[in-house]
Amino acid sequence: MRTQRNLGAKAQIADSATVFFALGDETRLGLVSRLCDGGPTSITRLTESFDMTRQAITKHLRVMEAAGLVRRTQRGRESLWLIEPKRLADAQRHLELISAHWDGALLRLKRFVEG
Amino acid sequence: MAVAVTDRIEKRILLQASRARVWKALTDAMEFGEWFGVRFEGPFVAGAPLHGVIVPTQADADVAKLQQPYQGRAFDITVDRIEPQRLFSFRWHPYAIEPGIDYSKEPTTLVVFTLEEQPGGINLTVTESGFDQIPLDRRAKAFAANEGGWAKQMTLIEKHLAHSA
Repeated sequence: MRTQRNLGAKAQIADSATVFFALGDETRLGLVSRLCDGGPTSITRLTESFDMTRQAITKHLRVMEAAGLVRRTQRGRESLWLIEPKRLADAQRHLELISAHWDGALLRLKRFVEG
Repeated sequence: MAVAVTDRIEKRILLQASRARVWKALTDAMEFGEWFGVRFEGPFVAGAPLHGVIVPTQADADVAKLQQPYQGRAFDITVDRIEPQRLFSFRWHPYAIEPGIDYSKEPTTLVVFTLEEQPGGINLTVTESGFDQIPLDRRAKAFAANEGGWAKQMTLIEKHLAHSA
């Protein structure tokens, strides 16, 4: 049981680390933002708006694809990249946890000063 | 967009108390420690580092129980600004939960409390920013380690809210 739990925790750490790594780069954050705002976008359009080579953009997209943050879809002959909203939400959950921590602290402060 | 939100948290709460009362609870290190659950070695001084240790909060028996396992853990901050009756800020290591690790070289987040007069009390805002600078493996590890505890704490908060409603 214990071993299983530890394995579970380790897998979770590895999993979160992949997502944070994928988001921990300015270009990749820019790509996420661009895909969030613009919906499915071709590599050609992405390359135009980032002033980088097609190869460089593709490399960044692959990193994010491996982390499950973006995926590819085919439209006709064109390959489009789009965001995986659920995965992005997962990545934000850690901030929500800290946020909940503050909720608790502020409620204690409220009692403290109002009591 | 969603992306920008990974760096920063902002919270507001209306406190039905005078500005002077709220200010003292925030900036008197002893009082801060009582509700937050930490004991500092001395007073808050702008620009100065201050060492403290985690002690279970006096303000809530249930939360105190959750903090118990962390009792005695180091809790270090560096006070940033103290603008009387208006703004108090400090820096700390937000995920410094593992014993025996030297966090001093790692980047900090900035916590800022601001007080605003409102009909019926003081509107207190707390922001914590700089999360995007924290090493990725630290974020991931702390996330996994704290999820259970914090989920429990959230339930407690809901309970309290239901009580005071």
